[in-house]
Amino acid sequence: MTIAILYASTGIGLFSLGLYALIVLTHLLRKLLAINVMSCGVFLVLAGLAAHTPNAIVDPIPHAMVITGIVVAIAATALGLSILLRIHALTGRVHLPGVDEQFDD
Amino acid sequence: MQIKNVTRSEKLHKLALTIFSAILVICVAIGLMISVSFLPVRDAELIEIVSTQLPASGVSHPVTAVLLNFRGYDTLLEMAVLLLALIGTWSLAPLDVQADDTRHSPGEMLDSLTRLLTPIIVLVAGYLLWAGAHAPGGAFQAGALLASLGVMIQLTGWKLPIELTGIYLRFIHVCGLVVFLLVAASGWFNSAPFFSLPPDLAGILILLIETFAMLSIGLTLATLFLLGRPHSTP
Amino acid sequence: METTLTPILLDYLLASLLTLVAALSLFSHNLFRAIILYIIFGLLLGFTWIRLDAPDIALAEIAIGAGLTGALLLSAWAVLARKDKSPCKSKM
Repeated sequence: MTIAILYASTGIGLFSLGLYALIVLTHLLRKLLAINVMSCGVFLVLAGLAAHTPNAIVDPIPHAMVITGIVVAIAATALGLSILLRIHALTGRVHLPGVDEQFDD
Repeated sequence: MQIKNVTRSEKLHKLALTIFSAILVICVAIGLMISVSFLPVRDAELIEIVSTQLPASGVSHPVTAVLLNFRGYDTLLEMAVLLLALIGTWSLAPLDVQADDTRHSPGEMLDSLTRLLTPIIVLVAGYLLWAGAHAPGGAFQAGALLASLGVMIQLTGWKLPIELTGIYLRFIHVCGLVVFLLVAASGWFNSAPFFSLPPDLAGILILLIETFAMLSIGLTLATLFLLGRPHSTP
Repeated sequence: METTLTPILLDYLLASLLTLVAALSLFSHNLFRAIILYIIFGLLLGFTWIRLDAPDIALAEIAIGAGLTGALLLSAWAVLARKDKSPCKSKM
């Protein structure tokens, strides 16, 4: 297994881990953490496949896509956090309605 | 930890949800792994196109050339996405509550560290902007450094004077996108398609775009850290 | 990519460490600890970008992904913790 495929598989593993955490966890801040982990997994797959070339030349186009993706991810996280704070200010809770908490907050 | 009276059906429901989503995620993971392992080794066609067109792009670092010249449209849309996130955050904040002020003073170490680091960070950000043409660097990395500087300054409790938080702040927020759009539309004067940089001027135009983009990205990310509206009324 | 100077074992170690820290961050019981582990995950990911010959991504990831995202998450956590502790609600 070359390095590129190893890191691409790690990216797939991180994506699945984040997806599972997104479905199962109920605290909204943890869901945002899960979404961030999922996007890091996608970036790993992109950059890992960029290195999967003959003669070990690195493809620069997926690198540009990943840099764009990192900035978009933090913009989405900031927006999600402000929505979270607004929900907390209006209703006083940060868990999904109707579900009891799983972990400590 | 709160202990609530969880009925038995709720426990079974949660257990079923956990097992079902675990199976679903494992299937997704296996499918993705199979498709990745069956991918053929990519041919280097696009890489060759990038490296042959690199001298005509105005910079000598391939990632910067791809970001700001070959796929500049993506970067343009990305700056619009940053502005959209800012607009969304400002719309959600209630009008009369300021972003949370911390009442306590920052402490000696944070204070002196910020004083020490501010000129260094400005210098390193400027260097990264300049070095983006021939080495790893560029507008996004420099803008991120400036944003971290802005976050550190906010954490020490320093606030902008109120005269500056109105039109000047918003001007710097949008100047990156506006300059980018103007440079992209300048191709129309030479009867060239939208977003084409002439090869002899491309280096200078890219530096111009990157400078304003760095200021805009830095200030936008630092303002997003407030998670509320900036201090605009006395 | 140099595979003669650096042993391949480093990559396996780094990949398993990434997965471990991500799992610890997502499923930890304390929310503050989860955020700090996410920052550590971001720094390890920065090291991974170096191993994948992507220094631009490493710069952007460490500054934005680990630093700024961590600061944002901690700031939101502090607001949540402060409002839960104080009995009076802010004016709405």
